Amino acid sequence: MRATFAPRSRRHGRTALIFLLPNFVGFVVFTAGPVLVSLGLSFTSWDLLQPPCWVGFDNFVRLLGFHLSPEGWEANDPYFWKYLGNTLFLLLGLPLNTAASLGLALMLQDNLRFRSAYRFLFYLPSVVSGVAIYYLWRWIYNPDYGLLNTALAGLGMEGPAWLSSLSWSKPALLLMGLWVSAGGQAMILYLAALSQISPELYEAAEIDGAGRWEKFRAITWPALGPVTFFILTMGMIGGLQGGFEAAYVMTGGGPFGATTTLGYQIYNLAYVHFQMGYAATLAWTLFLLVLGITLLQWRFGSRQTIA
Amino acid sequence: MKRPSVSRWVHLPLLMFAAMALAPLAFMLTTALSEPGRTLRAEVSLLPMLMPRTWHWNNFIEVWGKVPFMRYYLNSLMISLAITSGQVLTSAMAAYAFARLNWPGRDRLFLAYLATLMIPGAVTMIPNFILMKSLPEIFGKCLPFVDWLSLRHLTPDPSSPMVGRWVGLDSYFALILPGMFSAYGTFLLRQFLLNQPRELEEAAEIDGCGHARIFFHITLPLAAPGVATLAIFTFMGSWGSFLWPLVTVNHDELRTLPLGLQAFQGQYGTEWHLLMAAALLMLLPILVVFVAGQRFFLRGLMLGGVKG
Repeated sequence: MRATFAPRSRRHGRTALIFLLPNFVGFVVFTAGPVLVSLGLSFTSWDLLQPPCWVGFDNFVRLLGFHLSPEGWEANDPYFWKYLGNTLFLLLGLPLNTAASLGLALMLQDNLRFRSAYRFLFYLPSVVSGVAIYYLWRWIYNPDYGLLNTALAGLGMEGPAWLSSLSWSKPALLLMGLWVSAGGQAMILYLAALSQISPELYEAAEIDGAGRWEKFRAITWPALGPVTFFILTMGMIGGLQGGFEAAYVMTGGGPFGATTTLGYQIYNLAYVHFQMGYAATLAWTLFLLVLGITLLQWRFGSRQTIA
Repeated sequence: MKRPSVSRWVHLPLLMFAAMALAPLAFMLTTALSEPGRTLRAEVSLLPMLMPRTWHWNNFIEVWGKVPFMRYYLNSLMISLAITSGQVLTSAMAAYAFARLNWPGRDRLFLAYLATLMIPGAVTMIPNFILMKSLPEIFGKCLPFVDWLSLRHLTPDPSSPMVGRWVGLDSYFALILPGMFSAYGTFLLRQFLLNQPRELEEAAEIDGCGHARIFFHITLPLAAPGVATLAIFTFMGSWGSFLWPLVTVNHDELRTLPLGLQAFQGQYGTEWHLLMAAALLMLLPILVVFVAGQRFFLRGLMLGGVKG
């Protein structure tokens, strides 16, 4: 084997270079290079006007550190913790959406009539999701003329001013997220995983007198484990960085920062306050968080779900 | 092959959920078809909000005249098509090098590609923005006889396809080039190629066929389903791309559709009927691509997810 492969590898070297070159140059210039540059930036203070100035770990201390004030320990950057809280709150949508996706997938059994029509309809919101849909939901949440409050009025309830309310703006984003992703990728992955479960398992369980719930608990749920794990970790990775577009279009991050996520804060720091160094610090902190979750996934997850 | 029996009653919740999935979209259409003065009118019941009573198609025409909507649309189309074709080509070529050729350091470099998949976009966005901002100056030092800094004129001939700077912020260069290379696309197509038989390619190689010919005449046609999957994802992704155009483009004539929708929020309140009509027009190509390519799309979802 070796003898046949060694000359081949020599022969392909130059060809490989040509095939790889365009992608590799782009990869270095727009991905690999910038990752290192932003790591470097995170140790600087830079407003784009003056040359960047090296500040060591000051940015990280400012972001993550605490100091003692007369009232006790206070965060150096209380906004970071507030926006981290918002980000985690919005992450509550993940188990919710995943449960909904599972529910829909379970209902769409193999021999159901109109199965692909249902699947198409459920999947539709996640296909169209994006800025156009965020504007639509801003209109739906309009306190006086929107769809939601009209529906609530029909039930004799008075709806809140969703997006400008301190307590309702985050739940409103969660509800929109549920509409967008309940029938999305997670449902498709669940459908694929469900079709892999052998029907004989259910038959055997029925012979043993298992009910619907027992069959779900003993057969379906364990079989879906790897997919569920994959959906949850990918969702966490996406959710930790997400939230910018929807909040930018629908609330502007408000009211009073109630819907500003960490991803939004990076935008604010870099393009509103022009603190490039500090923005890079936050971006890298987020990266390390995501990295931690990815390592957990590699450690505990099954490889088979990732193509 | 007996499956658990399906109760007919399952259609009841399913229909309800289907209605819930459709209701917001119906509301969107009703609003887009409503008469200008009647959009902002409190309704007492739900039905008139979900079923268009007036068919004011004129809104869909008015959209084009109100703001440079045609410009936004053409920008979006041109940029998305350029990014899609560029990304598919560079990814397919790299995937060929990774999956079909033997060269030293191949697997190690692929691991580096894989490692960048989980890097948040925010990490690379800031240096890329700074790079774009400083490009006109860098080019100006190297090639001083071209005017890199000033914006090429926009007003005299509004139909001119070339506006903005050659490079840097406010340029098509910034909107297109960074999107043309993708570690994700390379990964997707490499996986696809590895699952494909390579006998034909080997036979061609023995017959003395060059790699360029093998790639274009054998590999690419055989990998068509994988290429279609990547093309659909990339097109949809760049069609909806928001943050990067938002930070790199300031000039109205360079805006893409997602940014352009902002223009309907007037100073005296939002014109919802026009905004919804414009948003529907923006969704049209996405729906067409999805319906036409649903097969590839669903397969791509199984392959490990949409690009974030």
